[in-house]
Amino acid sequence: MSTLLEVSGVSVSFDGFKAINNLSFQIADAELRAVIGPNGAGKTTFMDIITGKTKPDEGRVIYGDKSVSLLKMSESRIAQAGIGRKFQRPTVFEDQSVFDNLMMALKKTRGPMAVLFFKPSKTDTDKVAELAEQIGLSGALNRKSGELSHGQKQWLEIGMLLAQDPRLLLVDEPAAGMTPAEREHTTDILREAAKTRAVVVVEHDMEFVRRLECKVTVLHEGSVLAEGSLDHVTKNEQVIEVYLGR
Amino acid sequence: MTDAALPRRQPIALRFPSVMIFLAVLALFTVGVTILSEGFGIGVISTSFIKTLGKTLCLCLVALAMDLVWGYCGILSLGHMAFFGIGGYAIGMWLMYARTEIIVLESLAAAELPPTAQEVSDGIATQIFGVVGSSEFPPIWAFAHSLPLQLAAVVIVPGLLALVFGWLAFRSRVTGVYLSILTQAMTLALSLHLFQNDSGLRGNNGLSGLQNLPGLDEVPQATVSLWFFWASALALGLGYVLCTWIVAGKFGSVIRAIRDDEARVRFLGYPVESFKLVVFTLTAVIAGIAGALYYPQAGIINPAEIAPIASIYLAVWVAIGGRGRLYGAVIGAAFVSLLSTWFTGGQAPDINLGFYTISWVDWWTVLLGLSFVAVTLFAPKGIGGLVDLVTDRKSPNRHGADLGPDQGALREQEAEK
Repeated sequence: MSTLLEVSGVSVSFDGFKAINNLSFQIADAELRAVIGPNGAGKTTFMDIITGKTKPDEGRVIYGDKSVSLLKMSESRIAQAGIGRKFQRPTVFEDQSVFDNLMMALKKTRGPMAVLFFKPSKTDTDKVAELAEQIGLSGALNRKSGELSHGQKQWLEIGMLLAQDPRLLLVDEPAAGMTPAEREHTTDILREAAKTRAVVVVEHDMEFVRRLECKVTVLHEGSVLAEGSLDHVTKNEQVIEVYLGR
Repeated sequence: MTDAALPRRQPIALRFPSVMIFLAVLALFTVGVTILSEGFGIGVISTSFIKTLGKTLCLCLVALAMDLVWGYCGILSLGHMAFFGIGGYAIGMWLMYARTEIIVLESLAAAELPPTAQEVSDGIATQIFGVVGSSEFPPIWAFAHSLPLQLAAVVIVPGLLALVFGWLAFRSRVTGVYLSILTQAMTLALSLHLFQNDSGLRGNNGLSGLQNLPGLDEVPQATVSLWFFWASALALGLGYVLCTWIVAGKFGSVIRAIRDDEARVRFLGYPVESFKLVVFTLTAVIAGIAGALYYPQAGIINPAEIAPIASIYLAVWVAIGGRGRLYGAVIGAAFVSLLSTWFTGGQAPDINLGFYTISWVDWWTVLLGLSFVAVTLFAPKGIGGLVDLVTDRKSPNRHGADLGPDQGALREQEAEK
């Protein structure tokens, strides 16, 4: 397995506060990884850096087979290069139907002219239908996504991510506000997705992380505190102190 | 998974019945006005009112552009009337040049020697620019002799200005109220520049006599006004179809998404700035065309026409008509501008309160301002929202509950179509 993303020695500070401090992280193709850490550990900033929203003060972010640096690329270029992101709060386009949301996310040329003259083919609509099936929203394709329940919106957003067909999926607290049954389904979707691509899940909930059965990275004060299996890191003294002990 | 659940691709006219209704209404209106006109019909409607109606159609067209850029893409441009004005100036230059040329040639024909090209040119320049104390053509009049080139300018100049302005603004991620202020500054700067006598466009005199088509002096205004009325109706119809086509497909989906959550669209991989630039430029071009049809009917254009207030009025029309729906913009522009003509034309009866007389010529702006505030507060969907009362009976009643988990989530009344 080759390394898909390598973050090395990255630091960023906001008004003197070091949100990320000499952080290094790597993930391989088709790997599932959970990132945990207390509030303010820098989990969201970490994702912001990878997706181009925040530019780090120092360090390198290298991605893909051609080892391109993500630091000089715009958000949309990074997304086109195959990095998809799901936000903490479900952000779907509430004014538009589930179908339109998925169709918009579907991997296609993103330029304005290509979009203007775009006509969905049979393959495209089939792909959307298939995705809807996967996220359990087949019956809701024509509904406005604003009408969906919280859990359904979370799934729709995951579905939109899958539609982008990214090589690296960054998922921020996917199970927040979900019922136990919905969590189960979400775990399945993520594990399924991780068979063909790299998936990074930021999560608070230990039970959820346990069910993912994957390697865990613990962040604290902007750098990596421990890394390994969940059992391994939960035995770590420092981790117990800063995170679990509370 | 059955195919029945998938939205089927129907012809655009069926997915958007409003297009057919709109075109039918527009066609009936055009035929009706023609029959009642002085030029071709029974003469019930005066020529000056035909011109008012034709101008209104042009305002509807620019309102469509405003709705596309603001209602759909979320860019509150308060500068689109600048593009409208530029379109007017571009066509006005040719109209003035060509008509003056005919007059000058006639007067020089009496001379013993045939006039040289330089004499003709000087004659025209003296005629046009005498009013600002000049007798030479400024460089921007280089193409004024050619109708095709000035017609091209109607499209190219607003388009280019919008492209450059938009590129600078969107690239720096100027959004929201800051962008609105920037567009106001643009239209103000342009207007102030044109007010100067040495701007090359006759300063505050502007261009006049635009209602007279060169070489067609024998054609009565009653006829000419109808020609322009038809052309305006045609342009509005085509503009409406074009805008519908744009908002109907995936492009429409993306620009509405940009309006609702720009950052999210970026993370989907869409180059948001390019999309905004396309919409901004395209709507500027539409505005330019609308202006080029408007000012020959108005007969005169001067820099006051592109003062910042004009663009604010445009936003008010669209807001009152109902933004985010194309027919709303048309209804708003037609309704408010005709009402405005009625009130400010002195036709509205003054109200005598005994101690004070409300004269509508003065109080109309106050009334317009109040209705704008009222619409914003109490009927955000505008006049177009009335259509929902008829069509949206079936939407489920959730008693106004949030549709999502948090405060920012869509509420039921917004989620309705």
